[in-house]
Amino acid sequence: MFKGKFIDNLPKIYGTYTGGFLVFIILMAIAEQAGMTAKTIGIMFVAFTVCIYAFIGWLSRTVQVDAYYVAGRTVPTVFNGMATAADWMSGASFVAMAGGIYFGGYTYMAFLVGWTGGYILVSSLLAPYLRKFGCYTVPDFIGTRYGGNVARFCAVVVLTLASFTYVTAQINATGTIAARALHIPFELGVWVGLISILLCSMLGGMRAVTWTQVAQYIVLITAYLIPIFWISNRGGYGLFPHLMLGEEVARLGELEAQFGLVKNAAADIAAAGVPGGLKSISLPHSGVPEGGMAAWKFISLALCMMVGTASLPHILMRYFTTPSVKAARKSVAWSLFFIFLLYSSAPMLATLSKLQLMDPTLATGIIGKPIADVMSIDWVTAWTAQKQAFIADFNGDGILQLNEWFMRGDVVVLSTPEVAGLPYVISGLVAAGGMAAAMSTADGLVLAIANALSHDIYFKMIDPKADVRKRLIVARALLVVIGGFGAYIASMRITSILGAVAWAFDFAMSGLFFPLVLGVWWKRATRQGAIAGMIAGLASGTAYLIYVYPKFMGNPAWLGIDHLRFGIIGASVCLVVMVVVSLMTPEPDSATQKMVDELRVPSGKTILGKQH
Amino acid sequence: MSNKAKHWEKTKGQMIVTLLLWFFFGYVIFMFGESINSASFLGYPLAYYMCAQGSLIAFVVILFWSANRQEKIDEEFGFTSGEDD
Repeated sequence: MFKGKFIDNLPKIYGTYTGGFLVFIILMAIAEQAGMTAKTIGIMFVAFTVCIYAFIGWLSRTVQVDAYYVAGRTVPTVFNGMATAADWMSGASFVAMAGGIYFGGYTYMAFLVGWTGGYILVSSLLAPYLRKFGCYTVPDFIGTRYGGNVARFCAVVVLTLASFTYVTAQINATGTIAARALHIPFELGVWVGLISILLCSMLGGMRAVTWTQVAQYIVLITAYLIPIFWISNRGGYGLFPHLMLGEEVARLGELEAQFGLVKNAAADIAAAGVPGGLKSISLPHSGVPEGGMAAWKFISLALCMMVGTASLPHILMRYFTTPSVKAARKSVAWSLFFIFLLYSSAPMLATLSKLQLMDPTLATGIIGKPIADVMSIDWVTAWTAQKQAFIADFNGDGILQLNEWFMRGDVVVLSTPEVAGLPYVISGLVAAGGMAAAMSTADGLVLAIANALSHDIYFKMIDPKADVRKRLIVARALLVVIGGFGAYIASMRITSILGAVAWAFDFAMSGLFFPLVLGVWWKRATRQGAIAGMIAGLASGTAYLIYVYPKFMGNPAWLGIDHLRFGIIGASVCLVVMVVVSLMTPEPDSATQKMVDELRVPSGKTILGKQH
Repeated sequence: MSNKAKHWEKTKGQMIVTLLLWFFFGYVIFMFGESINSASFLGYPLAYYMCAQGSLIAFVVILFWSANRQEKIDEEFGFTSGEDD
């Protein structure tokens, strides 16, 4: 495909694609009416969308280094915004976020603030400068700014640790969704997910990932918004749910008061045999918990997620693909706009799906009804059979109380269309959306790790004389190895989706945030300072995680800094160590200082060559 | 002061203003979450609204505003980018 022409035709190409996808949805809806089974529809949705991504991946194949690493730096702002949004919104955002709000209410919504606010740090502190630098990977910047292989290596270690923590969760999510939609065992679903992910990225690297991510964004946002608008309009809650659910939020408050928010004792849960990972609603939906500690917990979580956002290499590297520094800045704004479309909808989805279940005056309500009746509802039977939902009659009255209904957080989004009684075509669409979200993030992450290892470790340290062909072969081989390793770990089912995702942010902020930011904003930052900062930050953060995480040492948290927030410790240590060591060592040479000056000028040639 | 240094001073100023706005919508509001939640906006409790939509909208607006301001600063010092590749 001729590149210049392709870029000019982007709106037309993706417009046609979106139209085609909508036609596909309509065809499936007609097929459903004609008697196609739910199972076939699910398979069609996932198979059709994955084939399209694979096709785009194949079309975007490349044998050029800058196309492979940074998509040839030709991605227009708006499209890069969409790709970043897909890169960013993971299986966790798509599948687990509304579920998290469903169970955690206001307290959980710190994630919403944290996962959006970080883009301000990206835009004002990092993205334009890294774009000017012209690096291929994040360690490429650290390695060149501070000089020397040790700094580069430390950055690769932090990048790998953070991204790998994140990627297993994504492959896990693709596995869960593929398993459900294609009716295959989870362990097989993980490998199907992995193959789909590699199909998108292997042949074309960043270029292929960019164009599949745009396609995936379109699928995932359609799949997220249609059910919300449908439920809201059909239930008469309002034409535009985001602006009109005030009464429903208030109604949830009333229902919470009516049924009572009871936190079940761990012993009761264990005695009743509730499967692991399932939760009941015990926190208020819109009420703010009392006291300074609760406010601090909200703020500290938001802080970790924001600073983590600005340190995650798979996000930062998306801004290496824009045509200019100015475009990188605008592109960050567009990214957040596209992310906002989904994030602002998650609380609305949580509100609607919670109301569907909790309001006894609605036909769909199950709380306050006889357990025998509830158990005979189709979707309840299906989800309880899969151990995704559970009923425990604690008080033995035969009536389902709020604290007696258990569900897995991830199921909220996947089950809402069914619960609300929408046609199965919507459930199929949601499965395709979840798959798109998890795949796009996994692609970005696997590519970030493989690129760092192939460019920074292999090319820069081991074999600087390698020719282009050899470099790209190594890059692709690493992609397969890392993906395979991630899938292997995911198939062992170690952590729940969200625990692991938050950790990735904490690891990244512990080791990378200050070395990156000070690399641009503080000329005095030295190589020794950066190395010491990265090592001390990562080590102290990890040590604190082990100290505080219930499954490791399980010590009480200092000042509410629990295992989701260990980045606060890591990043603070990193900052102090980096500043102290930098001031103790001689200031960087004049060439480095000049490089930093040049970095701050938004025009002119990139600091590293177009091909390096 | 050289052209570059002046440009950097202004860029720094813009960064600080942006981060102050960010701090307000990301943190200050939620420090007082408990007290502002009794107020309501569009029928939602205010603190709930801010974390569901309000702060998110503010972040998007801040980003576009800040990108435009920075472009003006770049133009002022003759550092317009676009043809740097």
